[in-house]
Amino acid sequence: MALRVKALESLLVEKGLVDPAALDVMIDAYENRIGPRNGARVVARAWTDPDYKARLMKDATSAIAEFGYSGAQGEHMVVVENTPAVHNLVVCTLCSCYPWPVLGLPPVWYKSSAYRSRAVIDPRGVLAEFGLAVPDEVAVRVWDSTAEIRYLVLPERPAGTDGLDAEALAALVSRDAMVGVAKVPGLTP
Amino acid sequence: MNGVHDMGGMHGFGPVEPEADEPVFHAPWEARVLALRRAVGAWRRWNIDAGRYSIETLPPADYLRMSYYEKWLASCIKLMLGAGLVTPQELASGRRDPAVPVATPPLTPEKVLPAIAAGGPTLRVTSAAPRFEAGAAVRARDINPTGHTRLPRYVRGRRGTIECHHGAHVFPDSNARFEGESPQYLYTVRFAARELWGEAANPADAVYLDLWEDYLEPA
Repeated sequence: MALRVKALESLLVEKGLVDPAALDVMIDAYENRIGPRNGARVVARAWTDPDYKARLMKDATSAIAEFGYSGAQGEHMVVVENTPAVHNLVVCTLCSCYPWPVLGLPPVWYKSSAYRSRAVIDPRGVLAEFGLAVPDEVAVRVWDSTAEIRYLVLPERPAGTDGLDAEALAALVSRDAMVGVAKVPGLTP
Repeated sequence: MNGVHDMGGMHGFGPVEPEADEPVFHAPWEARVLALRRAVGAWRRWNIDAGRYSIETLPPADYLRMSYYEKWLASCIKLMLGAGLVTPQELASGRRDPAVPVATPPLTPEKVLPAIAAGGPTLRVTSAAPRFEAGAAVRARDINPTGHTRLPRYVRGRRGTIECHHGAHVFPDSNARFEGESPQYLYTVRFAARELWGEAANPADAVYLDLWEDYLEPA
């Protein structure tokens, strides 16, 4: 594959169709700038700033853009909130739609046939494989990203974190918690 | 199209296998494919829906066997050939056809970050009123389009409830065929898990999909 891709890139550069320096900038952006730390900052702000949370739940695209996160594969954002009564899970059964500006590029498991096929028919089984047992009385809501709306899960703020500021809270928030296959763990005293 | 890409509800793919400390790319060529496909996309010879359709129309066995970036590469080549950006002879030889003048890349390094930040919004202005109100009972139409569609098989013919609408969005079915954006209202529709999967499903559970007006009828 590496040789095939190199040959194709050489041809496209020779034809003047792509600028290899532009490819480098894009790769650097997705390797180093655009990833789940972005989403974690949004979550931590929502946990610590009720006004921000209200804006985020009403118009997630604009509220997320306050951080400078916007654009490709996050043009139209919706945030869904986990509560003691509701657990949200995000999938794209038809391809691999994922909120890039806040979570970066999707992990392999999110793009896998196993996850795409099962998240809608057996969400509780999938969550159990991630080590998350959801009680029967908690409703599981699965969001199948069939259009250009991209979903971010606002996880529950864990107990024992009252003294933490937004930066310390953001460090606790994992990519998986913002897809809905994990919770944010509490602090062990 | 009723393709293998439409996986919701299928069995047999085994457990989900997360990878600890997964890197963004597993090999440098994956990163080059991601960037190449987006950089040639800047020529605007196709749109995101045609791009998705080019992946869906890979031979089914190939679709299931290939990795994500292998599919991106195969689809990128299909799209470039279809748009005439490259010729089969050039791909085979790896050398530019000297009869074709050298082009100037539209995506320059300084345009990359602004292009990412701008993205490609699909919301469009419409003077039409939405056909369905929040709370309305609807049924996903039982249709089998042979082209690109974003109406998965597992909800066709099933009853759901309108949660909200998101305004009018580019309609993928026509856009993928280069027949225009034909924007129409996009709704989030709630389907009870039991309506989709039967009595074994938890009565509290639900699946939400974003569906265009043409995919829906009153229930």
